[in-house]
Amino acid sequence: MGQSIIKLPGPIYIAGASTVVGHEEFAGPLGEYFDFHDPKDDTFGMDTWEKAESEMQRMAVGSLLGRSKLKDGDIAALFSGDLLNQCTGSAYGLLSYNIPFFGLYGACSTAAEGLCLGSLYAATVGGRVISAVSSHYCSAERQFRYPMEYGGQRPPTAQWTVTGAAAFLLSDQRESYYPRDVENECLPRITEVMPGISVDRGISDANNMGAAMAPAALDTLMRYFSESGLSPDAFDLIVTGDLGAEGSSILCDFARAAGLDIAAVHTDCGNMIYDAAATDKHAGGSGCGCSAVVTAGYLLHEMRAGRLRDILFLGTGALMSPMSVQQGQSIPGIAHLVRITTA
Amino acid sequence: MHTDSENYKKYVNARAKKSPLAKDCLRAFLVGGAICTGAQGLLALYKGWGMEKDDAAALVSVTLVFLTALLTGIGVFDNIAKFAGAGTLVPITGFANAVSAPAIDTKGEGFVLGVGAKIFSIAGPVILYGITAGTLYGVIYWIINTFF
Repeated sequence: MGQSIIKLPGPIYIAGASTVVGHEEFAGPLGEYFDFHDPKDDTFGMDTWEKAESEMQRMAVGSLLGRSKLKDGDIAALFSGDLLNQCTGSAYGLLSYNIPFFGLYGACSTAAEGLCLGSLYAATVGGRVISAVSSHYCSAERQFRYPMEYGGQRPPTAQWTVTGAAAFLLSDQRESYYPRDVENECLPRITEVMPGISVDRGISDANNMGAAMAPAALDTLMRYFSESGLSPDAFDLIVTGDLGAEGSSILCDFARAAGLDIAAVHTDCGNMIYDAAATDKHAGGSGCGCSAVVTAGYLLHEMRAGRLRDILFLGTGALMSPMSVQQGQSIPGIAHLVRITTA
Repeated sequence: MHTDSENYKKYVNARAKKSPLAKDCLRAFLVGGAICTGAQGLLALYKGWGMEKDDAAALVSVTLVFLTALLTGIGVFDNIAKFAGAGTLVPITGFANAVSAPAIDTKGEGFVLGVGAKIFSIAGPVILYGITAGTLYGVIYWIINTFF
Protein backbone atom coordinates (compact mmCIF):
# COMPACT_ATOMS: atom_id res chain seq x y z
CA MET A 1 0.00 0.00 0.00
CA GLY A 2 2.61 2.51 1.11
CA GLN A 3 4.52 2.09 -2.12
CA SER A 4 1.56 3.08 -4.28
CA ILE A 5 0.42 6.33 -5.77
CA ILE A 6 -1.37 8.22 -3.00
CA LYS A 7 -4.53 9.84 -4.35
CA LEU A 8 -5.42 12.73 -2.06
CA PRO A 9 -9.01 12.48 -0.70
CA GLY A 10 -9.71 15.92 -2.13
CA PRO A 11 -7.61 18.34 -4.21
CA ILE A 12 -5.08 20.42 -2.30
CA TYR A 13 -4.87 23.81 -3.98
CA ILE A 14 -1.56 25.60 -4.39
CA ALA A 15 -3.19 28.85 -3.37
CA GLY A 16 -0.09 31.00 -3.56
CA ALA A 17 3.66 30.92 -4.04
CA SER A 18 6.55 33.24 -3.46
CA THR A 19 10.15 33.22 -4.67
CA VAL A 20 13.41 34.90 -3.65
CA VAL A 21 16.55 34.45 -5.78
CA GLY A 22 20.14 35.60 -6.13
CA HIS A 23 21.37 38.01 -8.78
CA GLU A 24 22.55 35.30 -11.19
CA GLU A 25 19.23 33.48 -11.08
CA PHE A 26 17.46 36.80 -11.64
CA ALA A 27 19.68 37.43 -14.66
CA GLY A 28 18.83 33.96 -16.06
CA PRO A 29 16.16 32.99 -18.61
CA LEU A 30 13.41 32.78 -15.94
CA GLY A 31 14.36 35.97 -14.06
CA GLU A 32 11.10 37.79 -14.80
CA TYR A 33 9.09 35.08 -12.99
CA PHE A 34 10.79 35.56 -9.61
CA ASP A 35 9.33 37.89 -6.96
CA PHE A 36 12.39 39.15 -5.10
CA HIS A 37 16.14 39.19 -5.63
CA ASP A 38 19.28 40.69 -4.17
CA PRO A 39 20.61 43.01 -6.90
CA LYS A 40 24.09 43.28 -5.39
CA ASP A 41 25.91 40.45 -3.69
CA ASP A 42 23.34 37.89 -2.50
CA THR A 43 23.98 38.68 1.19
CA PHE A 44 20.40 39.93 1.67
CA GLY A 45 21.83 42.41 4.16
CA MET A 46 23.33 39.72 6.43
CA ASP A 47 26.92 39.24 7.61
CA THR A 48 27.19 35.47 6.95
CA TRP A 49 25.97 33.33 4.04
CA GLU A 50 24.03 31.09 6.42
CA LYS A 51 22.09 34.07 7.77
CA ALA A 52 21.53 35.23 4.19
CA GLU A 53 19.93 31.90 3.36
CA SER A 54 17.68 32.05 6.43
CA GLU A 55 16.69 35.59 5.49
CA MET A 56 15.64 34.36 2.04
CA GLN A 57 13.28 31.81 3.62
CA ARG A 58 11.93 34.42 6.00
CA MET A 59 11.26 36.73 3.03
CA ALA A 60 9.59 33.99 0.96
CA VAL A 61 7.19 32.98 3.75
CA GLY A 62 6.69 36.58 4.87
CA SER A 63 5.74 37.82 1.44
CA LEU A 64 3.34 34.90 1.00
CA LEU A 65 1.62 35.76 4.30
CA GLY A 66 1.71 39.48 3.50
CA ARG A 67 0.15 39.10 0.06
CA SER A 68 -2.56 36.72 1.31
CA LYS A 69 -3.20 38.84 4.43
CA LEU A 70 -3.21 35.59 6.40
CA LYS A 71 -1.99 35.53 10.00
CA ASP A 72 0.33 32.94 11.55
CA GLY A 73 -2.72 31.38 13.23
CA ASP A 74 -4.32 30.74 9.82
CA ILE A 75 -1.55 28.30 8.89
CA ALA A 76 -1.75 24.77 10.32
CA ALA A 77 1.90 23.88 9.76
CA LEU A 78 5.15 24.83 8.08
CA PHE A 79 7.25 22.18 6.29
CA SER A 80 10.66 23.44 5.32
CA GLY A 81 14.14 22.26 4.43
CA ASP A 82 17.52 23.34 3.13
CA LEU A 83 21.04 21.95 2.59
CA LEU A 84 22.76 23.24 5.70
CA ASN A 85 23.83 21.12 8.65
CA GLN A 86 20.86 20.26 10.85
CA CYS A 87 18.54 22.31 8.62
CA THR A 88 19.41 25.61 10.27
CA GLY A 89 18.56 27.61 7.15
CA SER A 90 14.92 26.74 7.76
CA ALA A 91 14.91 26.61 11.55
CA TYR A 92 16.43 30.07 11.99
CA GLY A 93 14.74 31.60 8.98
CA LEU A 94 11.26 30.63 10.16
CA LEU A 95 11.86 31.28 13.86
CA SER A 96 9.86 34.49 13.77
CA TYR A 97 6.66 32.71 12.69
CA ASN A 98 4.33 31.34 15.32
CA ILE A 99 3.41 28.27 13.27
CA PRO A 100 4.00 24.54 13.99
CA PHE A 101 7.23 23.64 12.16
CA PHE A 102 8.59 20.45 10.58
CA GLY A 103 12.20 20.51 9.31
CA LEU A 104 12.90 18.37 6.24
CA TYR A 105 16.03 17.06 4.60
CA GLY A 106 15.76 15.61 1.12
CA ALA A 107 18.70 17.37 -0.54
CA CYS A 108 17.54 18.78 -3.89
CA SER A 109 14.28 16.79 -3.62
CA THR A 110 13.13 18.81 -0.60
CA ALA A 111 10.70 21.00 -2.54
CA ALA A 112 8.82 17.93 -3.77
CA GLU A 113 9.12 16.24 -0.37
CA GLY A 114 7.58 19.34 1.24
CA LEU A 115 4.75 19.40 -1.31
CA CYS A 116 4.08 15.67 -0.70
CA LEU A 117 4.02 15.95 3.09
CA GLY A 118 2.35 19.37 3.14
CA SER A 119 -0.49 18.27 0.89
CA LEU A 120 -0.97 15.06 2.89
CA TYR A 121 -1.07 17.15 6.08
CA ALA A 122 -3.55 19.63 4.61
CA ALA A 123 -5.68 16.76 3.29
CA THR A 124 -5.79 14.92 6.60
CA VAL A 125 -5.47 17.54 9.34
CA GLY A 126 -7.15 20.17 7.19
CA GLY A 127 -6.57 23.87 6.67
CA ARG A 128 -3.57 25.60 5.15
CA VAL A 129 0.05 24.49 5.10
CA ILE A 130 3.14 26.33 3.90
CA SER A 131 5.96 24.32 2.28
CA ALA A 132 9.21 26.22 1.95
CA VAL A 133 12.81 25.48 0.96
CA SER A 134 16.03 27.34 0.35
CA SER A 135 19.55 26.88 -0.89
CA HIS A 136 22.32 29.44 -1.24
CA TYR A 137 25.30 28.96 -3.55
CA CYS A 138 27.75 30.38 -1.02
CA SER A 139 26.59 28.49 2.07
CA ALA A 140 26.40 25.26 0.04
CA GLU A 141 29.90 25.76 -1.40
CA ARG A 142 31.24 26.22 2.12
CA GLN A 143 29.50 23.10 3.35
CA PHE A 144 30.00 20.73 0.44
CA ARG A 145 33.05 21.97 -1.46
CA TYR A 146 35.65 24.64 -0.79
CA PRO A 147 35.85 28.12 0.78
CA MET A 148 34.32 30.76 -1.49
CA GLU A 149 37.56 32.35 -2.68
CA TYR A 150 39.44 29.09 -3.25
CA GLY A 151 40.71 28.92 -6.82
CA GLY A 152 39.89 25.69 -8.61
CA GLN A 153 38.23 24.16 -11.64
CA ARG A 154 35.24 21.84 -11.75
CA PRO A 155 34.49 19.07 -14.23
CA PRO A 156 31.82 19.44 -16.95
CA THR A 157 29.35 17.14 -15.10
CA ALA A 158 29.34 19.29 -11.94
CA GLN A 159 26.22 21.27 -11.08
CA TRP A 160 25.85 24.73 -9.59
CA THR A 161 23.86 25.30 -6.39
CA VAL A 162 21.04 27.78 -6.98
CA THR A 163 20.63 30.76 -4.66
CA GLY A 164 16.90 30.64 -4.20
CA ALA A 165 14.09 30.20 -1.71
CA ALA A 166 10.44 29.49 -2.36
CA ALA A 167 7.30 29.09 -0.31
CA PHE A 168 4.10 27.37 -1.44
CA LEU A 169 0.75 27.94 0.25
CA LEU A 170 -1.27 24.71 0.22
CA SER A 171 -4.95 24.82 1.08
CA ASP A 172 -7.83 22.37 1.26
CA GLN A 173 -10.10 25.26 0.18
CA ARG A 174 -10.28 26.75 -3.29
CA GLU A 175 -8.65 30.16 -2.81
CA SER A 176 -6.07 32.18 -4.68
CA TYR A 177 -3.46 34.60 -3.38
CA TYR A 178 -1.36 35.12 -6.50
CA PRO A 179 -0.64 38.53 -7.97
CA ARG A 180 -3.25 39.37 -10.61
CA ASP A 181 -0.88 38.81 -13.51
CA VAL A 182 -2.94 36.38 -15.62
CA GLU A 183 -6.50 36.52 -16.98
CA ASN A 184 -8.93 33.67 -16.29
CA GLU A 185 -6.61 32.11 -13.77
CA CYS A 186 -6.59 28.31 -13.61
CA LEU A 187 -5.82 27.34 -10.02
CA PRO A 188 -3.18 24.61 -9.73
CA ARG A 189 -3.88 21.75 -7.36
CA ILE A 190 -2.15 18.64 -6.17
CA THR A 191 -4.16 15.47 -6.71
CA GLU A 192 -1.63 12.68 -6.33
CA VAL A 193 1.73 12.18 -4.68
CA MET A 194 4.17 9.27 -4.80
CA PRO A 195 6.96 9.11 -2.23
CA GLY A 196 10.37 8.18 -3.61
CA ILE A 197 12.45 5.16 -2.65
CA SER A 198 16.21 5.60 -2.17
CA VAL A 199 18.19 4.03 -5.00
CA ASP A 200 21.96 3.58 -4.96
CA ARG A 201 23.65 2.46 -8.19
CA GLY A 202 27.17 2.90 -6.84
CA ILE A 203 28.05 6.39 -8.10
CA SER A 204 30.51 7.99 -5.66
CA ASP A 205 31.50 11.07 -7.66
CA ALA A 206 29.98 14.17 -6.01
CA ASN A 207 30.74 16.05 -9.22
CA ASN A 208 28.28 13.87 -11.10
CA MET A 209 25.15 13.96 -9.00
CA GLY A 210 22.92 13.78 -12.07
CA ALA A 211 24.15 10.22 -12.61
CA ALA A 212 23.58 9.38 -8.93
CA MET A 213 19.98 10.66 -9.00
CA ALA A 214 18.79 9.51 -12.45
CA PRO A 215 18.16 5.88 -11.35
CA ALA A 216 15.93 7.10 -8.50
CA ALA A 217 13.93 9.27 -10.91
CA LEU A 218 13.58 6.28 -13.22
CA ASP A 219 12.39 4.08 -10.35
CA THR A 220 9.66 6.54 -9.31
CA LEU A 221 8.55 7.14 -12.90
CA MET A 222 8.39 3.42 -13.72
CA ARG A 223 6.33 2.76 -10.57
CA TYR A 224 4.01 5.68 -11.36
CA PHE A 225 3.33 4.75 -14.97
CA SER A 226 3.02 1.02 -14.36
CA GLU A 227 0.48 1.59 -11.58
CA SER A 228 -1.49 4.44 -13.13
CA GLY A 229 -1.64 2.84 -16.57
CA LEU A 230 -1.15 6.31 -18.08
CA SER A 231 1.40 7.10 -20.76
CA PRO A 232 3.84 10.03 -20.61
CA ASP A 233 2.02 11.91 -23.37
CA ALA A 234 -0.98 12.24 -21.04
CA PHE A 235 1.03 15.02 -19.39
CA ASP A 236 2.02 18.43 -20.66
CA LEU A 237 5.29 18.14 -18.83
CA ILE A 238 7.31 15.69 -16.76
CA VAL A 239 9.67 17.97 -14.92
CA THR A 240 12.55 16.68 -12.84
CA GLY A 241 14.58 18.85 -10.51
CA ASP A 242 17.51 18.78 -10.65
CA LEU A 243 19.18 16.13 -12.73
CA GLY A 244 20.99 18.72 -14.83
CA ALA A 245 22.11 18.05 -18.39
CA GLU A 246 23.94 14.80 -17.62
CA GLY A 247 21.29 13.21 -15.39
CA SER A 248 18.43 14.24 -17.70
CA SER A 249 20.02 12.56 -20.63
CA ILE A 250 20.71 9.38 -18.61
CA LEU A 251 17.09 9.34 -17.41
CA CYS A 252 15.67 9.68 -20.92
CA ASP A 253 18.01 6.96 -22.25
CA PHE A 254 17.09 4.50 -19.52
CA ALA A 255 13.39 5.27 -19.65
CA ARG A 256 13.41 4.61 -23.40
CA ALA A 257 15.27 1.34 -22.84
CA ALA A 258 12.57 0.38 -20.33
CA GLY A 259 9.84 1.15 -22.85
CA LEU A 260 8.84 4.58 -21.50
CA ASP A 261 9.46 7.38 -23.96
CA ILE A 262 9.49 10.60 -21.95
CA ALA A 263 11.94 12.65 -24.03
CA ALA A 264 9.21 14.68 -25.76
CA VAL A 265 7.60 15.85 -22.52
CA HIS A 266 10.59 15.81 -20.17
CA THR A 267 12.35 18.88 -18.91
CA ASP A 268 14.57 19.58 -15.92
CA CYS A 269 14.63 22.60 -13.61
CA GLY A 270 18.44 22.48 -13.50
CA ASN A 271 18.53 22.99 -17.27
CA MET A 272 16.06 25.88 -17.22
CA ILE A 273 17.28 28.28 -14.57
CA TYR A 274 20.58 29.36 -16.14
CA ASP A 275 21.88 29.94 -19.61
CA ALA A 276 24.43 27.25 -18.74
CA ALA A 277 26.68 27.70 -21.76
CA ALA A 278 26.89 31.49 -21.53
CA THR A 279 27.40 31.65 -17.76
CA ASP A 280 29.64 28.57 -17.44
CA LYS A 281 27.30 26.60 -15.19
CA HIS A 282 28.51 23.23 -16.52
CA ALA A 283 25.71 20.64 -16.13
CA GLY A 284 23.18 23.20 -14.82
CA GLY A 285 21.57 24.19 -11.53
CA SER A 286 21.00 22.15 -8.40
CA GLY A 287 20.11 22.63 -4.74
CA CYS A 288 16.75 22.68 -2.96
CA GLY A 289 16.07 26.16 -4.26
CA CYS A 290 16.44 25.23 -7.94
CA SER A 291 13.36 23.07 -8.50
CA ALA A 292 11.49 25.16 -5.91
CA VAL A 293 11.87 28.55 -7.58
CA VAL A 294 11.43 27.15 -11.10
CA THR A 295 8.18 25.48 -10.01
CA ALA A 296 6.89 28.27 -7.78
CA GLY A 297 7.92 31.04 -10.15
CA TYR A 298 7.70 29.75 -13.70
CA LEU A 299 5.74 26.46 -13.83
CA LEU A 300 2.87 27.61 -11.61
CA HIS A 301 2.63 30.82 -13.63
CA GLU A 302 2.31 28.81 -16.84
CA MET A 303 -0.33 26.57 -15.23
CA ARG A 304 -2.32 29.54 -13.97
CA ALA A 305 -2.18 31.08 -17.43
CA GLY A 306 -3.55 27.83 -18.87
CA ARG A 307 -0.47 26.99 -20.94
CA LEU A 308 0.27 23.88 -18.84
CA ARG A 309 -2.63 21.83 -17.51
CA ASP A 310 -1.29 18.61 -16.08
CA ILE A 311 2.29 18.05 -14.97
CA LEU A 312 4.34 15.55 -13.00
CA PHE A 313 6.91 17.21 -10.80
CA LEU A 314 9.71 14.91 -9.63
CA GLY A 315 12.05 16.35 -7.02
CA THR A 316 15.32 14.45 -7.16
CA GLY A 317 17.89 14.50 -4.37
CA ALA A 318 21.39 13.12 -3.80
CA LEU A 319 21.44 11.97 -0.18
CA MET A 320 25.13 12.31 0.62
CA SER A 321 27.17 14.42 3.01
CA PRO A 322 30.74 15.68 2.58
CA MET A 323 31.77 13.07 5.16
CA SER A 324 30.07 10.13 3.43
CA VAL A 325 31.81 11.15 0.19
CA GLN A 326 35.21 11.42 1.94
CA GLN A 327 34.66 7.97 3.44
CA GLY A 328 34.17 6.61 -0.06
CA GLN A 329 30.49 5.72 0.25
CA SER A 330 28.40 5.81 -2.89
CA ILE A 331 25.61 8.38 -3.29
CA PRO A 332 21.98 7.27 -2.98
CA GLY A 333 19.39 9.20 -4.95
CA ILE A 334 15.71 9.77 -4.28
CA ALA A 335 12.82 11.14 -6.34
CA HIS A 336 9.46 12.22 -4.91
CA LEU A 337 6.59 12.71 -7.34
CA VAL A 338 3.81 15.29 -7.18
CA ARG A 339 1.04 15.57 -9.75
CA ILE A 340 -0.07 19.15 -10.23
CA THR A 341 -3.06 19.82 -12.41
CA THR A 342 -5.59 22.49 -13.36
CA ALA A 343 -7.66 20.17 -15.51
CA MET B 1 18.85 -1.55 -18.88
CA HIS B 2 21.93 -1.44 -16.69
CA THR B 3 20.67 -2.59 -13.33
CA ASP B 4 23.94 -3.76 -11.92
CA SER B 5 26.17 -1.16 -10.27
CA GLU B 6 29.40 -2.01 -12.07
CA ASN B 7 27.76 -1.74 -15.48
CA TYR B 8 26.07 1.48 -14.49
CA LYS B 9 29.34 3.02 -13.27
CA LYS B 10 31.05 2.02 -16.53
CA TYR B 11 28.21 3.50 -18.56
CA VAL B 12 28.28 6.75 -16.55
CA ASN B 13 32.06 7.11 -16.76
CA ALA B 14 32.04 6.40 -20.49
CA ARG B 15 29.43 9.04 -21.26
CA ALA B 16 30.58 11.77 -18.82
CA LYS B 17 32.17 14.64 -20.70
CA LYS B 18 35.81 14.96 -19.68
CA SER B 19 37.55 18.20 -18.83
CA PRO B 20 39.21 19.67 -21.97
CA LEU B 21 42.75 18.43 -21.29
CA ALA B 22 44.61 20.16 -24.13
CA LYS B 23 42.96 23.54 -23.46
CA ASP B 24 43.53 23.21 -19.69
CA CYS B 25 47.20 22.27 -20.23
CA LEU B 26 47.79 25.18 -22.60
CA ARG B 27 46.21 27.68 -20.20
CA ALA B 28 48.15 26.23 -17.26
CA PHE B 29 51.38 26.48 -19.26
CA LEU B 30 50.75 30.08 -20.31
CA VAL B 31 49.57 31.43 -16.93
CA GLY B 32 51.97 29.33 -14.84
CA GLY B 33 54.81 30.29 -17.17
CA ALA B 34 53.85 33.96 -16.95
CA ILE B 35 53.85 33.82 -13.14
CA CYS B 36 57.30 32.18 -13.10
CA THR B 37 58.64 34.64 -15.68
CA GLY B 38 57.30 37.55 -13.64
CA ALA B 39 58.91 36.06 -10.52
CA GLN B 40 62.22 35.76 -12.37
CA GLY B 41 61.89 39.45 -13.30
CA LEU B 42 61.30 40.30 -9.64
CA LEU B 43 64.40 38.33 -8.66
CA ALA B 44 66.47 40.32 -11.15
CA LEU B 45 64.96 43.55 -9.86
CA TYR B 46 65.64 42.76 -6.20
CA LYS B 47 69.22 41.72 -7.00
CA GLY B 48 69.59 44.93 -8.99
CA TRP B 49 68.66 46.77 -5.80
CA GLY B 50 71.70 45.17 -4.21
CA MET B 51 70.21 42.18 -2.39
CA GLU B 52 71.99 38.85 -1.93
CA LYS B 53 70.58 36.07 -4.15
CA ASP B 54 69.09 34.09 -1.23
CA ASP B 55 67.46 37.16 0.29
CA ALA B 56 66.12 38.24 -3.11
CA ALA B 57 64.67 34.75 -3.74
CA ALA B 58 62.92 34.76 -0.36
CA LEU B 59 61.51 38.21 -1.06
CA VAL B 60 60.17 37.00 -4.42
CA SER B 61 58.20 34.26 -2.61
CA VAL B 62 56.93 36.77 -0.08
CA THR B 63 55.84 39.09 -2.90
CA LEU B 64 53.93 36.30 -4.70
CA VAL B 65 52.24 35.19 -1.46
CA PHE B 66 51.28 38.79 -0.69
CA LEU B 67 49.87 39.41 -4.17
CA THR B 68 47.89 36.14 -4.08
CA ALA B 69 46.45 36.92 -0.64
CA LEU B 70 45.51 40.40 -1.86
CA LEU B 71 43.86 39.08 -5.03
CA THR B 72 42.08 36.38 -3.00
CA GLY B 73 40.83 39.00 -0.55
CA ILE B 74 39.37 41.24 -3.24
CA GLY B 75 37.70 38.25 -4.90
CA VAL B 76 39.75 38.14 -8.10
CA PHE B 77 42.03 35.14 -7.62
CA ASP B 78 39.36 32.45 -7.94
CA ASN B 79 38.40 33.84 -11.36
CA ILE B 80 42.01 33.71 -12.53
CA ALA B 81 42.39 30.18 -11.13
CA LYS B 82 39.19 29.03 -12.85
CA PHE B 83 40.84 30.02 -16.13
CA ALA B 84 44.39 28.93 -15.30
CA GLY B 85 43.84 25.68 -13.34
CA ALA B 86 47.20 24.17 -12.48
CA GLY B 87 48.86 27.35 -13.77
CA THR B 88 48.02 29.12 -10.52
CA LEU B 89 47.81 25.98 -8.37
CA VAL B 90 51.33 24.66 -8.80
CA PRO B 91 53.42 27.80 -8.05
CA ILE B 92 53.44 29.18 -4.50
CA THR B 93 50.32 31.17 -5.49
CA GLY B 94 48.20 28.02 -5.13
CA PHE B 95 49.43 27.46 -1.60
CA ALA B 96 48.88 31.09 -0.62
CA ASN B 97 45.32 30.97 -1.96
CA ALA B 98 44.64 27.67 -0.17
CA VAL B 99 45.52 29.35 3.13
CA SER B 100 44.01 32.81 2.60
CA ALA B 101 40.67 31.59 1.16
CA PRO B 102 39.63 29.61 4.29
CA ALA B 103 40.90 32.46 6.49
CA ILE B 104 38.46 34.86 4.81
CA ASP B 105 35.70 32.30 4.60
CA THR B 106 35.64 31.22 8.24
CA LYS B 107 35.78 34.58 10.01
CA GLY B 108 32.05 34.30 10.69
CA GLU B 109 32.82 31.45 13.09
CA GLY B 110 35.32 33.60 15.04
CA PHE B 111 39.09 33.89 15.20
CA VAL B 112 39.64 30.74 17.28
CA LEU B 113 37.10 28.14 16.13
CA GLY B 114 36.78 29.64 12.65
CA VAL B 115 39.98 31.13 11.27
CA GLY B 116 42.30 29.41 13.77
CA ALA B 117 40.87 25.94 13.41
CA LYS B 118 40.13 25.97 9.70
CA ILE B 119 42.83 28.12 8.07
CA PHE B 120 44.81 24.99 7.11
CA SER B 121 41.78 22.89 6.14
CA ILE B 122 43.01 22.73 2.53
CA ALA B 123 46.76 23.36 2.90
CA GLY B 124 47.04 21.20 6.05
CA PRO B 125 47.87 17.94 4.25
CA VAL B 126 50.58 19.69 2.23
CA ILE B 127 52.11 21.14 5.38
CA LEU B 128 51.91 17.90 7.39
CA TYR B 129 53.26 15.57 4.73
CA GLY B 130 55.68 18.19 3.39
CA ILE B 131 57.28 18.61 6.82
CA THR B 132 57.23 14.85 7.44
CA ALA B 133 58.90 14.14 4.11
CA GLY B 134 61.45 16.93 4.74
CA THR B 135 62.28 15.50 8.18
CA LEU B 136 62.69 11.98 6.83
CA TYR B 137 64.88 13.26 4.02
CA GLY B 138 66.98 15.15 6.58
CA VAL B 139 67.48 12.06 8.71
CA ILE B 140 68.51 9.98 5.68
CA TYR B 141 70.85 12.77 4.52
CA TRP B 142 72.42 12.93 7.99
CA ILE B 143 72.90 9.13 8.15
CA ILE B 144 74.53 9.02 4.72
CA ASN B 145 76.83 11.97 5.46
CA THR B 146 77.79 10.72 8.92
CA PHE B 147 78.43 7.03 8.28
CA PHE B 148 79.42 6.76 4.62
